[in-house]
Amino acid sequence: MLRKRSWILLLCGAALFAAAGRLATTRAQTTPAKAVEVKIDNFTFAPPTLTVTAGTTVQWINRDDIPHTVVSEDKSTFKSKALDTDDSYSYRFTKPGTYTYFCSIHPKMVAKVVVQ
Amino acid sequence: MARKAKDEIQIDHHHDGHHHDGIDRRGFLKCMAWAGTGTLCVMRGGVLKSFELGGFSKQDAAAAAKGELSFAQISDSHMGFNKPANTDVVSTLKAAVDKLNGLSSAPEFLLHTGDISHLSRPEEFDTVEQILKSAQVKEVFYVPGEHDVTDGDGKEYLSRYGKNTQGQAWHSFDKKGVHFVGLVNVMNLKAGGLGSLGTEQLDWMQKDLAALSASTPVVVFAHIPLWSVYPEWGWGTEDSAQALALLKRFGSVTVLNGHIHQTMQKVEGAITFHTAASTAFPQPQPGKADSPGPMKVPAEQLRALLGITDVNFVRGQQALAVVDSSLA
Repeated sequence: MLRKRSWILLLCGAALFAAAGRLATTRAQTTPAKAVEVKIDNFTFAPPTLTVTAGTTVQWINRDDIPHTVVSEDKSTFKSKALDTDDSYSYRFTKPGTYTYFCSIHPKMVAKVVVQ
Repeated sequence: MARKAKDEIQIDHHHDGHHHDGIDRRGFLKCMAWAGTGTLCVMRGGVLKSFELGGFSKQDAAAAAKGELSFAQISDSHMGFNKPANTDVVSTLKAAVDKLNGLSSAPEFLLHTGDISHLSRPEEFDTVEQILKSAQVKEVFYVPGEHDVTDGDGKEYLSRYGKNTQGQAWHSFDKKGVHFVGLVNVMNLKAGGLGSLGTEQLDWMQKDLAALSASTPVVVFAHIPLWSVYPEWGWGTEDSAQALALLKRFGSVTVLNGHIHQTMQKVEGAITFHTAASTAFPQPQPGKADSPGPMKVPAEQLRALLGITDVNFVRGQQALAVVDSSLA
């Protein structure tokens, strides 16, 4: 019984080690890439459609005099806190697809990020 | 400017602008004109009268004083806002409280129709509560604005104002024969959507109203307008028609909203809609700017565009008298 448990622990440990290794390599590969900016002003996201490659970090900066949020349409993929003037929020897109997002305070503000 | 507005309104009253339904549409349109110059809009027996605050006659004042119930509405205090449109929202909220305390008949209670805070921060709510303590009213009732629930589910708001409420803080109460319903239409909004009440709240509302007789005066208050003011800017509630259908059988319904930072009125059958001014900053007229962002006006004009609403209920009259006054 004891022996079995130690085997499981060993396996878990190995898995963690492997995961950490992967994480380190991904990080090393993407460090040079600069974040792509989306400007929030006048109750709009600009550009309304942003196309990036997988692995790109997108940074939203609120230049409006009213707070806004950046929330994915499913409300779970990404979700910022309320961004006051000059606050920013970043999210790294790893999987290709079309990500529609909106401001949960002013839901008429809708835009998207296309990840290739 | 203010004087001119008054004269125009008086001239309109000399006109025979009354329709078969007894509503003076010319006067009504004047009232809708967004000005915030201290115009009073008073509905009595289905006939609308407009006055400047100073032009309120002794008779009218006496009628208002005789009313069974008087309450006031303030809205959109946006505590924490500090941008050029108004760098001192504390002072303007205090001015609103002074205005309330100066009313000839003290309102029994206060309704705050949301956007108490600017960023849902505890210290912002604290400041408003502290300032409202100096208001000479027995109670303050709140509904949240979208700025009070920026996390999406309103944890901070619910921890403060959720007591004795249902669901996501909707609630109802009775005051001297008038039934009040506080609705929440700012939670869990969908991408591209408008304000939303949701089926759970509508079901509750149906049950809440079921026991009332059709002659009970009903006051509904919520942050985002329950009529389509300007959906392009999100100034409307997607399922408000369902709420209004529940109110159709009542003889006197008053709907009080905030959100659009300007006063506006509309009458549909027995339902009178009214939006209150903000105590913090004005917003542009629907579609008259690129976006609904804060309107910057010269400092000396600011207080004329901010305000409070005083509501009087006189039994036997068809509608409640709704009176707006500016902070200037």
